[in-house]
Amino acid sequence: MTTDAVFNRKHLLGIRELEAGEITHLLDTAETFREISKRDIKKVPALRGRTVINLFFEPSTRTRTSFEIAAKRLSADAVNVSVSTSSVSKGETLMDTARNLEAMSPDCIVVRHSMAGAPQQLARMGNSPIVNAGDGSHEHPTQALLDALTIREYKGRIEGLKVAIIGDVLHSRVARSNIHLLTKLGATVCIAGPGTMVPAEFNEFVETGLRVEKRIEDAIEGADVVMVLRIQRERQDTAFFPSMREYAVHYGLRRHHLERAAPDAIVMHPGPMNRGIEIASEVADGSSSLILDQVTNGVAVRMAVLYLIAGGSHAEVDVDKLAPVENQAKKQKGSIG
Amino acid sequence: MKILIANGYVIDPSQGINGGKNVLLENGRVSGFLDRGEQLPDGVEVFDATGLVVAPGFIDLHTHLREPGAEYKETIASGAAAAVAGGWTTVCAMPNTDPVNDSPAVTRFIIEQGQRAQLANVVPLGALTKGSAGKELAEMGEMKSAGIVAVSDDGRPVANAGMMRRAMEYARGFDLTVVDHAQDESLSVGGVMHEGHWSLLLGLKGMPAAAEDVHVIRDCVLAKLTGAAVHIAHVSTRASVDAVRRAKEMGIRITCEVAPHHWTLTDEAVADFDTNTKMSPPLRNHDHVDALLDGLKDGTIDTIATDHAPHHADEKALEFDQAPFGIIGLETAVGLAFELVNRGLIDLGRMVELCSTNPARIFALADRGTLSKNAHADITILDPAYEWTFDVKASKSKSRNTPFNGRAMTGAAVATIVGGRLVYLNPDYTRITDTKQRNATAK
Repeated sequence: MTTDAVFNRKHLLGIRELEAGEITHLLDTAETFREISKRDIKKVPALRGRTVINLFFEPSTRTRTSFEIAAKRLSADAVNVSVSTSSVSKGETLMDTARNLEAMSPDCIVVRHSMAGAPQQLARMGNSPIVNAGDGSHEHPTQALLDALTIREYKGRIEGLKVAIIGDVLHSRVARSNIHLLTKLGATVCIAGPGTMVPAEFNEFVETGLRVEKRIEDAIEGADVVMVLRIQRERQDTAFFPSMREYAVHYGLRRHHLERAAPDAIVMHPGPMNRGIEIASEVADGSSSLILDQVTNGVAVRMAVLYLIAGGSHAEVDVDKLAPVENQAKKQKGSIG
Repeated sequence: MKILIANGYVIDPSQGINGGKNVLLENGRVSGFLDRGEQLPDGVEVFDATGLVVAPGFIDLHTHLREPGAEYKETIASGAAAAVAGGWTTVCAMPNTDPVNDSPAVTRFIIEQGQRAQLANVVPLGALTKGSAGKELAEMGEMKSAGIVAVSDDGRPVANAGMMRRAMEYARGFDLTVVDHAQDESLSVGGVMHEGHWSLLLGLKGMPAAAEDVHVIRDCVLAKLTGAAVHIAHVSTRASVDAVRRAKEMGIRITCEVAPHHWTLTDEAVADFDTNTKMSPPLRNHDHVDALLDGLKDGTIDTIATDHAPHHADEKALEFDQAPFGIIGLETAVGLAFELVNRGLIDLGRMVELCSTNPARIFALADRGTLSKNAHADITILDPAYEWTFDVKASKSKSRNTPFNGRAMTGAAVATIVGGRLVYLNPDYTRITDTKQRNATAK
């Protein structure tokens, strides 16, 4: 797939501000990188000498590991910094943290924060390129990109597909980024969940391509892709539904729901799953489930993002730089000798 | 001490005056208008106001001065300096200080600090309930004797309707207006911006307009029940304006104010997560803004109040969720009010009514908001054609939290006179002259 568009932004803060061409370029780049993870020596020197800081204000295993592996496979030096948001109450401001890290001259700061907008604020306050690894209920751009890469891998396209997103849309940064991405690339998205978590204002969330349904059965009808959202108990200050039992009965995805979906429909979940609540194990582990493929694609997407943001060069992927580290080393030796 | 403000265009809605007049001030009071060419008393300083508008001093019913307790954000002196630089001759200090102004001792302290600063008149509001905790009535009578002009638990909406009813009944006995920050916190809890399209896009928790609506409607009902004078602070929603309009039609003693940011900006301004767009009530959408403009035009909204709320830069440098609510407003309010005049939405007479005549009436501030004989010599001199850009670095406030830094405006208060003393003169204007020159100027 070729496009004229490139991605030459300094930061990746969200999907909302991206053009369709930029998204496609990110996905194309990620596809190039996917092959590296299948090699014996899973390392290329593309970001050698660059420093990536993973600044996590919120606990995360999967996303942090994925970014760390992505950075290391590109030969960048990855440093993980975990900051408890309770340091805020001790008087250290977001700006202090940012300035301290910036003094160490990183080439990119990957930020995960429990509060919406923190990556935008860091981008505005400082000079380092910022990659948003999830901010509150706002955006999680790399998750949407890896979901799109997975869909493209299995469906060959995004345009014209029907995607159902089920569950706690209100509190979900994954849903927001996915709605932006999928509708920008021409898919139709249908969201459904409890009325407390899918407010009617979502009807105007994006200009076209989004529908709101009350019943998950109606959203799943004819869907090519079914995405199930995690119930995020940690983001809810008051009860949004009466009980886990009732949620599982009325809004949990079970096998019989998939009979309504298009043939060969695929099922996705951003993880970690609450098995038996938003998704039945028989579906999570079923043949239509791509949940582990999502994880694999996550590394490729984050390699692409880090390469385009921290690489300093925003041109097409340089094939020479993708040669394995060993070959490069040999080449250099040869030239010295 | 005598000052003649010569050759200005006088607008005083309290007396229906709209025209060229010379205003004579003597010993801190207005002594009357002089016709052109009339013999001047001896020893008069002349302020040449050619091309300028002379109005009764502007009165801000809603100012947070932070002293006592948070002097690192603002002091009474720094707040009063910002007030006169913005054209405000009187500021009404909200009681949510530390300690809360719920006692005559704190009331007297605030008044004394204001007098010491010798800038704007600083008149305190007292708390409605002790500690503004919403549980027991504060000592309104004692505070009234000490000098409060109204009562409010601003920033801490009175959740319990029964408590509010008692407070209104009690305040009525002392002719104190009850000011309410109308917000049902069971609906707005955890919210940091207006609930709607932008809060959904940004993933920030919203405060629905309904949180304000239900409390304004409740307050209208309670005002009718108790017969108290009730003033709704910073209305920001269409339904609030509608409720006040209907209540006024029914003869209920209710008034309301609007803050400039609520008609100037919408919730879209939050899109960059700039914490200087975080205030309570929050910036609303275009539909609400249109309703506020209608209310300003048709008289439903009685006054423009700044809700000047200083916060230190370190506090505003936090995450959007963590940053405190509020922005400074004393030095931008008049410029933003001129935007309404320049857009043709209101005329200058209405602007003076909104900033001076009406606020004086709402808090029953005797001999203020008018240029009638023997009124306090508080005067705001305006230049409707003055083009300027707000530079927060030059602000007299101790805080810098504003979304209006760098905003170009046309029209400003260029000189401020309080108690017959010139307390602020814009550096671009040097028209105060001595008696020797009066023949040249006061023709």
